[in-house]
Order: sequence, then C-alpha cells, then structure tokens
Amino acid sequence: MTEPRQGTDVTDSSATLTDPAAPMLDVRGLKKVYTSGKRSVEAIRDLTFSVGAGELVCLVGPSGCGKTTLLRCISGLLQCTAGEAALEGKRVSGPPPGMAVVFQEYGRSLFPWLTVWQNVELPLKEKKVPRAERKRLVTDALAAVGLADSHTAHPWQLSGGMQQRVAIARAVAYEPQVLLMDEPFAAVDAQTRADLEDLVRSLWQRLGVTVLFVTHDIDEAVYLGQRVIVLSNSPTVVLEDVIIDLPAERDQLTTRSLPRFAELRAHVYERIQQAKGGHRPAGVESDA
Amino acid sequence: MTSTIGVARRSESSLLIAWAKRALLVLGLPIVLIVAWWLATANSTSFYWPPLRTILEVFGATWFEGRMGTDVAPSLVRLGAGYALALVLGVTVGVAVGSSPTLRAVVEPVLEFFRAIPPPVLVPVLILFAGIGDGMKVLVIVSGAIWPILLNTVEGVRSIDEVLRDTARCYRFRRRARLLHLVLRGASPQIVTGARQALSIAIILMVISEMFAATNGLGFSIIQFQRSFAIPQMFSGIILLGLIGVALSLLFRVVESRAMAWHRGLHHTQRGGN
Repeated sequence: MTEPRQGTDVTDSSATLTDPAAPMLDVRGLKKVYTSGKRSVEAIRDLTFSVGAGELVCLVGPSGCGKTTLLRCISGLLQCTAGEAALEGKRVSGPPPGMAVVFQEYGRSLFPWLTVWQNVELPLKEKKVPRAERKRLVTDALAAVGLADSHTAHPWQLSGGMQQRVAIARAVAYEPQVLLMDEPFAAVDAQTRADLEDLVRSLWQRLGVTVLFVTHDIDEAVYLGQRVIVLSNSPTVVLEDVIIDLPAERDQLTTRSLPRFAELRAHVYERIQQAKGGHRPAGVESDA
Repeated sequence: MTSTIGVARRSESSLLIAWAKRALLVLGLPIVLIVAWWLATANSTSFYWPPLRTILEVFGATWFEGRMGTDVAPSLVRLGAGYALALVLGVTVGVAVGSSPTLRAVVEPVLEFFRAIPPPVLVPVLILFAGIGDGMKVLVIVSGAIWPILLNTVEGVRSIDEVLRDTARCYRFRRRARLLHLVLRGASPQIVTGARQALSIAIILMVISEMFAATNGLGFSIIQFQRSFAIPQMFSGIILLGLIGVALSLLFRVVESRAMAWHRGLHHTQRGGN
C-alpha cells in the first residue's frame, strides 16, 4: 500500500498502453499456486495489467489457462499466493463493495427459490439501498436487459439467455464500479450470444461502468473490447495487450466484416496459437 | 361458435374422466381392503377378530364421547411439541455441522452412534431423568425424530451449489440473508425429506412412549383396551392412529407443495432439458 498509485504509476508490463492515470483495477504480480498435500500446481505465474476507469477490457487465453482462477482472485473469492489485485488503489482481500460478477453458470448463480425481481433486488437490500430507490433500480435494470415483463417468473422458467440477462440485470442494478464477467455467454446459443454481446456493449456505454470480460472466444473478445489482453497457457503470464482500434459504434454485421476486425482477429488468433504451443514472452521463459 | 362450445364440453368431460381416474387410483386399494376386511370378518365369532361392523359401531362411542379431549388431544400435543422441537434442534445443529468441515469431522462419528440406538431403548433411561410426565414423552419423540432431520440438513447444507455460494459472497450478503436466502432455502429440499421421515418416526414414538408409563393418551388407551379385553375398542384405536397418520401426512404434503413449488418446477425443467 506504500507505492504511489496515481499519475506516474507505471506497471512493469510495457504492454500497458492505455493511460494508467486512473487504474480502476490494478493487477500486479499476481500469482496463484494451488497446493493439496504434497502436490502443488502453479495456475498463474505472474500477471500484471491494469484497467482504467470506464474501460472495457477482454481477457482471452487458451482453455485451461487460469482465466477463471484469475477472476476469482480479482473478485476476492480466492486468496492469491503472491502479488495483489487492487480496486481503486485498495487491495482486494475479500469481495469488495464496488464489484459485481456475472458467472458463466447462469443457472447456478440465480436463486431458484426467488423470482426474477427478488433475485435482482436481494443484493440491493444487502447493500441497504432504500426501498424506493431499490424499486427504481430493479425496474430500470430489468427493462434495460429486456425483461420488463418477467418480474414474477422464477429463473428456471426462463431460457438460458434470459437467465443470463437476469444475472446481468442483477449486476447492473448493483451499480458496481467494476463489472467482472466470467465467460458469461459460453453456455448460450450463437444467436442469443450476439444479442447479449450487444447488450453488454450498450450497457457499458450507457452506464460508464468498468468491465473486465473473460472469454475463450477470440471473435467475442475483439468485437467487445477496447483492449484484448492475451494470456499464455498455464502457468499464466500476459502475452500481449492488444489495442482494439475499431470504431466505438459496433454492430454485429458491419464491425465483424471490417478488414481491421479480421486483422485484429487474426493477430489475436495467432498469439493464442503460439500460447497453446507453449510460447512465452522473453524473460519469463527462463525462470521456469 | 358451436365448435368452440363443443371443444369446451369435450375437454370438460375429459377433465372429469381424468379426475375420476385419479380418484379411483387413490381410493381403489383402500376400498378393496376395507371391503375384504368387512367380508372376511362379517360372520366372525372369534373373540380376537371381531367383525369390522362391531369395531365401527364402537368407534364413535369410544372416541367421540370424551376421549378426544382426554386422550387424543394430549397425544397430539406431545407429538406436536416433540416434532417441533426435533425440527428446530435438528435444523439448527444440522446447519452448524453442515457449514463447518471441522465440526463435521468431530461430531459425525458420534452422530452415527446415537442415530443407531433405537429410541424406544431410551425410554427407561429417560424415565430416570425426566420422570414419567409429558416431558419424558416429548423427549422420547425428539430423541428419535431429530436424526433424519439433522443428518439430512447436514447433507443439504453441504450440497448447496458452489456458484450460488460465490454469488452470495460477491454481493456481500450479511449473516442473516446468507442463512435465510442461501443456506436454509438451499438445504430445504433435503430438510423436507428428513422432516417427512421424522414425522412417521414421531408418531410411532408418541404411541410407544405412552405405552410405557402414562395415564392418558392414544397409546395408553389402546394398551388399556387390550388389557381389559375390550378388543373392538382396541382395534378402533389402531384405526384412529392410522387415520391420524394419513391426515398428518396429507397436511405435510400441502405445506410441502406450497413451500417447495420452486423445487418441483426446477426439477421438471431440468429433466425436460430446458
């Protein structure tokens, strides 16, 4: 906590290309080793990156590269072995107040005994938001995800895509500073997925929330993000921090058919292929 | 216009048929058994197997002229008290044990030991400590009914979904909300299973505790009738016990179907491959 956090704060990763003046989320030297008995598995070796306020950053990496572990460390659900994650300069030691998480397993992250409305409202009750304000937030959030008329349904009465919308509404109504999304659309069908991607973009633009979006889908990462952080295979390090210089107004059809989209996609794809092949950035390779 | 009426009528009559089918399924076997009993004992002259007609004739006089208040009511009060106490204790201890792996490791062998002891064996011991009053009978009921509730609660709390737990942590649920909305509701399917098993055990123990040392109650009355060779009255008591059991289990089902509607729905959609 003694290190300077503002202005001149430069992280060791030269790949951090955006303005580090206001890192909403700062991950530095994060390492996670799972130990059970005598065996220990190093899931994450050394991750350093930061996400500025209001940014939408995608994390992409080969499967099994510890993306979920990383997200659990950042959200305070898991203790990291070394290094730290900091939200607005405050070290994360348990789930911090200004953070919401959307999990991949939508069916398991909603309370099946509560209605859609109650699911979205309960975290606000726990946050001690006054009743009238709660009502407004829940109504707005459910309307924003297109579920204005499913208030009294139970989650299991909805389709997968709609359940994930409820989870997103719950996160949005919570008014977090940082929204973490852990492969949220991995289990929904392709068409629903495109809709939900656009929903995330539009919510992000409207609310100005900082989003860290974990995915294994390269197209999705390039389409959604302002930056795409490419991770190596496990033990994980940052391979590259790619700036996505596509226009801010994105559209499933036009954006995805831009030549630049194809270039970026190809570039990230190549890096992932290298990562799968065990390529690691210079300097990290030797200390294995 | 006419066609819609026709459709409505047809569906109405088919609904009626479906309903009648269901009623026949549910009531069919009991009716057959009653008729069989009636016919088999109709001309019985055996002292120990009086005709069903005789049993039913004494039923009203035996139970509805005073014994409802002096015997049936005390029995039901003991049953209610013992069952309620078993529920509260079982769920409380079950939540505590289910939430802590350390506690579980410490108490599990002991729990298994106590569970294996048949509760009627405890009656003489409990008489030593708790006398022969209502307290002893309630304790006997608790000592038997608590186990299925406790062990099922432990299992239910343990099996609460990890993602749901993470969700509750992420949104910083406070203690109370975590207990009410995550732990208790999450474990409720298993708690209900345990409570259902416990209900029948509680009824059995209610009767047994009254057979040992009592001055009133259903179990006491049945034993009294048997000892005074009032055989038709004794049989009427057994029938009454059965009827009380059926009524309580129906009541249980009503409560369950209201509280666990979400669970049935969830189960249904999962099996239907949503």
